[in-house]
Amino acid sequence: MSDARAPLLKLKGLTKAYPGVIANSDVSFEIGAGEVHALLGENGAGKSTLVKMIYGLVRPDSGSMAFRGSRYEPATPHAARNAGVAMVFQHFSLFNALDVAENIALGMENPPKQRALAARITEVSEAYGLPLDPSRLVGDLSAGERQRVEIIRCLLQDPKLLIMDEPTSVLTPQEVEILFKTLRQLSAEGTAILYISHKLEEIRSLCDAATILRLGKVVGECDPKATTARDMAEMMVGQTLHVPSRETTKPGDVALKVNDLTLQSASPFGTSLKNVSFEVRKGEVFGIGGVAGNGQDELLAALSGEVETGAGAVQLKGQSVGHLGPNERRAEGLLAAPEERLGHAAAPDMNLTENAMLTGHVRENLTNRGFLNWRAAKGFAEKVIADFDVRTPGPGNAARSLSGGNLQKFVIGREILQRPDVLVVNQPTWGVDASAAADIRQALLDLAANGAAVICISQDLDELMEISDNFAALNEGRLSKPRPAAGLTVDEIGLMMGGAHDMEAAHVA
Amino acid sequence: MDLSAINWAVLVASLMVAATPILLAALGELVVEKAGVLNLGVEGMMILGAICGFAVAVETGSPLVGFFGAAAGGALLALVFAVLTQVLLSNQVATGLALTLFGLGISALLGQGYVGIKPPKTEKLDFGPLSDLPVVGTILFNHDYMIYFSLALVAAVWWFLRYSRGGLILRAVGENHEAAHALGYKVVVIRFAAIAFGGACAGLGGAYLSLVRVPQWTEGMTAGAGWIALAIVVFASWRAFGVLLGAYLFGGVTVLQLNLQAAGVAVPVEYLSMSPYLITILVLVIMSADRSRAALGAPASLGRSFHASN
Repeated sequence: MSDARAPLLKLKGLTKAYPGVIANSDVSFEIGAGEVHALLGENGAGKSTLVKMIYGLVRPDSGSMAFRGSRYEPATPHAARNAGVAMVFQHFSLFNALDVAENIALGMENPPKQRALAARITEVSEAYGLPLDPSRLVGDLSAGERQRVEIIRCLLQDPKLLIMDEPTSVLTPQEVEILFKTLRQLSAEGTAILYISHKLEEIRSLCDAATILRLGKVVGECDPKATTARDMAEMMVGQTLHVPSRETTKPGDVALKVNDLTLQSASPFGTSLKNVSFEVRKGEVFGIGGVAGNGQDELLAALSGEVETGAGAVQLKGQSVGHLGPNERRAEGLLAAPEERLGHAAAPDMNLTENAMLTGHVRENLTNRGFLNWRAAKGFAEKVIADFDVRTPGPGNAARSLSGGNLQKFVIGREILQRPDVLVVNQPTWGVDASAAADIRQALLDLAANGAAVICISQDLDELMEISDNFAALNEGRLSKPRPAAGLTVDEIGLMMGGAHDMEAAHVA
Repeated sequence: MDLSAINWAVLVASLMVAATPILLAALGELVVEKAGVLNLGVEGMMILGAICGFAVAVETGSPLVGFFGAAAGGALLALVFAVLTQVLLSNQVATGLALTLFGLGISALLGQGYVGIKPPKTEKLDFGPLSDLPVVGTILFNHDYMIYFSLALVAAVWWFLRYSRGGLILRAVGENHEAAHALGYKVVVIRFAAIAFGGACAGLGGAYLSLVRVPQWTEGMTAGAGWIALAIVVFASWRAFGVLLGAYLFGGVTVLQLNLQAAGVAVPVEYLSMSPYLITILVLVIMSADRSRAALGAPASLGRSFHASN
């Protein structure tokens, strides 16, 4: 491998514009063979567009690419795969109702017969320490196992360049370690890896070089091993970051108590809750971690009242509310902001006034004998927009037209301004830029400081460690025993989250 | 009442004839739905196939050419649906309903000159002495080629969906069209092909009605067969042999109730006439009662519009 550092992929002046927004402007950088190259940037910085161009899903307006010394302009992902480029997607490109082998066959150019393929899958998955049963349905797999399916799909094609889009956001810390081991092994074999992430500590431990994008432009390059995470974050954001702060308060009485909650999931690939018990006190932030798909959505539905449970399973201020629907619970002071901004927490095609009406009418008296008081609703929406610095022309705009961070600020602010006694939030900062995320976390901390109980369900462990007083993790529908967040180590958290799902064999190898 | 008057071997043979139009239409719709498209226009495509097949057969004197004409007519109408829903992204449910109404109307117009004419006869296949076997001969070796074609098509669709790469891609498109697009599959092209196939099958089913089962042309002669085909696809949990079972069950009860009427059973005729619909749906609902399995068969992207977002 004498040419190990010769450029494998060379991007020159790539530009791509969409109506009203320039996704990439004059982006140039190089990746050498066997190099692990990080692509850093906030949401909306243009990372996805850039990798879609490399993978043949989007064609650049101008600029050129060279791959292994020759011109490279893939018109389709098929062409990209034929040239030796493979990609692991952030939102998995998998098919739940198909089995592992079928999913892998779909991502290959010339798949062998299913039986031969199954043997190859077993062989390759063992060689890289990623055990996988080719006959299982993908819908039944954990998030970590699904990612293994994607990775093995790529590896079976002997890629020269592997693109990974936010690969660790769904993994436990133990699973991240195993993934990194695989990636280092690949890199040592000469495969280049383009690694997209915003988790800076991971990039520092894994990557050889980093390119930082902001608003579609390359704003810097650095050696991540020699740069601090804080410096990289500030290059990404382009401003000094504000770290949420809080005053310590004495926790008060028990505000919400969940008592042996067991709940069958409504969807075929969902996770049922099993004997979940915990209590949250006034002034406390209770963080619930765990890999996606371990019962988070079901827990939120049970707490918000979307799914009714046994009366005593959920108790608010000593009163049984498990049998009440969402509006009755809101009236009692239990509010919720679910995960999916577009479609669950907000109605995408309704404007902000209407969305404010939807959850605010109970506590803000926005109705009068069954008639809607639109003037009051508009006032409420305007108050949310002003208090939470939501960037939008006004409350008449559709929820869909707001950026992720702004809509999230609106959704969280709408609940906080209703003065909840208990607020449940799921993934409050998912897909939100760093400064909006900091604002949202600060708002949650302020709410707790004023005596409300906050339950924060999230997959972002850094976030949970930053704001939680107590922490527990969901794993296959069971909640671990809550522990004080201060002093928890990454290893302990990982074990609470279920460690590395059935990966013990791989640990030894 | 004299049940011994019913010849059971003849009954089985005639249930196959009664079931074939629905079987063909349901098989086509199965493939369409597996690709993630809900085409409620089956009834319209069937009746257009019925008149196209009839007219072509009468004009050329050949039922075989007539069946080709019927498939072409059904596919053509299906392509209208494909353009509207896949290119112009119209709502699939509303477009499918409109397709049914349009098909009924245009077939009545095309059929103006064909009322009361007898079509050329579709010959039975000659199996020599095999046809003379008692019972088995009547049931298995005494049919026209379309019956054998429809059975072969069941096996072909089952094999295609289960084992072929094309079938795998089709199922992938129906399961998660965004992921299929990200992997570089042409979602819209694949759906166009599936929709055209579904239209051709529905057209064949309609022509079987007008050329063999009845055989003549009357306005609105499909009389809801397309809707039953749609229901059968769902209750068969999107499996080819489930569709075969559902169609034959429906055909069987239809023929049986006609025989019972003839035998003078003391049940009002109206109850007997509604029995095929009730019994078919009841049996299929019970069979697909295991929701987890039924949910696995249902294509997750069914009825959702796809638009590549870049």
